[in-house]
Amino acid sequence: MLFASYEFIGFVLVLFALYYLVPKRCQWPLLLIASYVFYFLANPWYLVFITVTSLTVYGCGLWMGKIAATQKEYLSKNKENLSKEDKKTYKNQMKQKKWRVLLLGLLFNLGILAVIKYTNFTIYNINSLLHIFGSKARIGFIDILMPMGISFYTFQALSYLIDTYRGTVEPEKNVFKFALFVSFFPQLVQGPISRFGDLSKTLYSKHKFDGKNVAFGFQRILYGYFKKLVVADRMLIAVKAIIAAPENYQGAYVFVGMIFYALELYADFTGGIDITIGIAQVLGIEVTENFRRPFFSKNIKEYWNRWHITMGTWFTEYIFYPISVCKPMLKFSKFSRKHFGDVIGKRMPVYLASFVVWFATGIWHGASWNFIVWGLGNFVVIMISQELEPLYRKFHNRFHVDGHTSYKAFCVIRTFLLMSALRTFDCYRDVPLTFRMFGTIFTNWNWHILWDGSLLSLGLSLYDYIILAVCVVILTSVSLAGRTGSVREKLLKKPYPVRFVIFYGLLVCIIIFGAYGIGFDASQFIYNQF
Amino acid sequence: MKNFLKITISLLIGIAGLFLIQRIFLPKYTKDVVEGSFIEEYYDDKPDHDVVFIGDCEVYENFSPVELWQKYGINSYIRGSAQQLIWQSYYLLEDTLKYEKPKVVVFNVLSMKYNEPQNEAYNRMSIEGMRWSMSKVNNINASMMEDEHFVEYVFPLLRYHSRWNDLTSDDFTYIFDTPHESFKGYYMRIDEKAASNVPEGPALTDYNFGENSYYYLDKITKLCKDNDIELILIKAPSLYPYWYDQWDKQMVDYAKEHDLTYINFLELTDEIGIDFEHDTYDGGLHLNLSGAIKLSDYFGQYIIDNTAVTDRRGEAELSAKWDKVIAEYNQEIENQKKEYNITD
Amino acid sequence: MEELLSILEELHPEVDFETETGLVTNGIIDSFDIVTIISEIGDRFDVVVSAEYITPENFDSAETIYDMIQRIEEEE
Repeated sequence: MLFASYEFIGFVLVLFALYYLVPKRCQWPLLLIASYVFYFLANPWYLVFITVTSLTVYGCGLWMGKIAATQKEYLSKNKENLSKEDKKTYKNQMKQKKWRVLLLGLLFNLGILAVIKYTNFTIYNINSLLHIFGSKARIGFIDILMPMGISFYTFQALSYLIDTYRGTVEPEKNVFKFALFVSFFPQLVQGPISRFGDLSKTLYSKHKFDGKNVAFGFQRILYGYFKKLVVADRMLIAVKAIIAAPENYQGAYVFVGMIFYALELYADFTGGIDITIGIAQVLGIEVTENFRRPFFSKNIKEYWNRWHITMGTWFTEYIFYPISVCKPMLKFSKFSRKHFGDVIGKRMPVYLASFVVWFATGIWHGASWNFIVWGLGNFVVIMISQELEPLYRKFHNRFHVDGHTSYKAFCVIRTFLLMSALRTFDCYRDVPLTFRMFGTIFTNWNWHILWDGSLLSLGLSLYDYIILAVCVVILTSVSLAGRTGSVREKLLKKPYPVRFVIFYGLLVCIIIFGAYGIGFDASQFIYNQF
Repeated sequence: MKNFLKITISLLIGIAGLFLIQRIFLPKYTKDVVEGSFIEEYYDDKPDHDVVFIGDCEVYENFSPVELWQKYGINSYIRGSAQQLIWQSYYLLEDTLKYEKPKVVVFNVLSMKYNEPQNEAYNRMSIEGMRWSMSKVNNINASMMEDEHFVEYVFPLLRYHSRWNDLTSDDFTYIFDTPHESFKGYYMRIDEKAASNVPEGPALTDYNFGENSYYYLDKITKLCKDNDIELILIKAPSLYPYWYDQWDKQMVDYAKEHDLTYINFLELTDEIGIDFEHDTYDGGLHLNLSGAIKLSDYFGQYIIDNTAVTDRRGEAELSAKWDKVIAEYNQEIENQKKEYNITD
Repeated sequence: MEELLSILEELHPEVDFETETGLVTNGIIDSFDIVTIISEIGDRFDVVVSAEYITPENFDSAETIYDMIQRIEEEE
């Protein structure tokens, strides 16, 4: 069931009704049932994977909780007769124990993820190596079932595991509650990757029907569908046309494709997240925000703090920090400072950790080189801008441009273009081709296509472009309005008829201008044979 | 209370608005593809017909109820639609029987050749005009192509929403009611295009009609028997799509087995007097008015001679109604003469 | 505390660390800064701040960082 399907809309509406009809203590069990039904409908086998992950992580969590409890009890019992040293050794011992449990849970579940996601990629690379070394031998690809959203729910489950290890969350005792945390259906497919500490605050509580909350939820869902159906799916037509024929569409077309892909991805992803968060809000559940107007970022680092936030924090907290502040790394830092000098030496740990993070980010997005190159591309850009920082500062001080709106706008556009350019890797999904096509932007000087009607060959009519232009204006205005607080709260201050017209208009726009369904093609109706 | 009122009024306005928009976006079938409106027109006619035709274009373009009335006093109606599949014919018959019990039902067997749903556009034209009933629901479920959704039949706006850039003034003029395009289900054409060298049909791997087709043919047969209706199977004299001898034999056998009449008009063209030089408007696929008149004359005589159908020209009220249709029919002939530059 | 403030000021001379209480939540220091701060703390205080201590609450102001260092020292 895709978000944009009648089945899903029906499923959610029925769930909403049931959710507020059943006794309040049955609300979260209902969500668990709904989530498993949702997953079952996608493919019954998926349930096996998600259940295994839920159970193992749940088990490891309990185990670590038990160790922590034993430790507490032991320490409080022997408060008097233990020396400080003894306590420390005991604590370390227990920590070691917990660490082993953590490792077990991590390796097992990352193992599942790795086998499912990366086996064929590994085979592909081995085959390429065999080819390079002149061998004719090839390994056959394996047909592996890839459970929907496995990267998301595995990460979500593992974040719980690490948090329990660190002691920042209490282990969940109820296995069903934990299963719901892992499988909560609105965020199963594309996130956000929620933290247990955040989601559990509202996921299991009893929710009374709150008119305002429900209305806000529906408004958010509507806006999400608007982004997805009217904007993203319409742009996708042109993007697909450009990617499908690299030999025809070069130069300025690639540039158009790049911009469209960036906007399409934005509308699709943030729209999907809007739907997710909106559904949760109707249910009275708070899900962490995943985007904060990313296209208004002034540099790449800021962009990554505002785009797909929950994934970014996951990588920062569970990979970047542990790597960059672990003892070997601190030693390495000292070592490198001695050998490369203070300036570079200091940064070595950070760079090394960043490299790992961006490699992981790339490969997490998909098992292919284009994603890895894309991830490392981000790494390179961030490193370069980091290194150039002193230079920028000098420039700012010399020309006093820092606070100027025009300079800010320049930074925003620069960041947008840079990020869009990097995205072309996952647009073409072929690294050499991407470089070649990107090159044509500068070598094929054909900007006239922007106004001579050539863009109409991409499957969109002039009207479609007008709709898209209007939509971009709407999205931008809503984003701008959101800088100073919730747009829905602001609208709430307007008279009811105004709000009605706005949201009813939005609904009608989605129904009419959404790029869905069997396009009514008048020519199809021309009487030909019968 | 205030809130309740607010919500009720909003819902009412909202639903009314969507309904209005849906009416605008529905295709009006007033130009070019007029067949789309035929199924719906039936409900405006008084349901006391003696003969009802069901089937595809081979019924609604080849028989003229006006001629049957004028010459024999047969009160008939054609429930035909483009590429009407056999289960669509069955459900239309089911639907018809909710309103009336004709003495004779005529079914054109060409659609036996289609065992599966064929085309979304034709589905729409056959089904959309039906009034809601279980017959329509079953019809939709039997007809949907893989990429169709039931909910798009319930709310056709979801299907036709992308017409926003093809809307014409007709969509607004005929928002609630489209003008009648047929004459008791008959689609009139008076122009000519001679049939010349109609090719033989290519050899098929399997000439047996599908299981599904037979299943619904059985259902049609049973429905007629249960209601004491005489079912006449026909194959209209259209030269193309090609009607194979092997197919014909199956129908002959079926009729014999079930004690039905089966008439293959293709074998009777000389007797009827159809001249494919002048009696077709599209090279033999369909007859034009002059061909339809000849075929109706022949078939009307058969009905009067062999069935319980009687001449009803004596009924004043019915005659008056027909007179109106006849006037429109004659007007249409004049219009088409002008349109196609035809002089007698 | 003085020592800590000097670490922070080296990093961002433009910020008044004695009053600022939203270093992380207001986006003044980023992940790179945090790592630098931790490695400096390791050097000058001989305290190992492991990853689990990196939370916005611990790093939002000079004071909270200082508290954290003392807590770690105590535990060890």
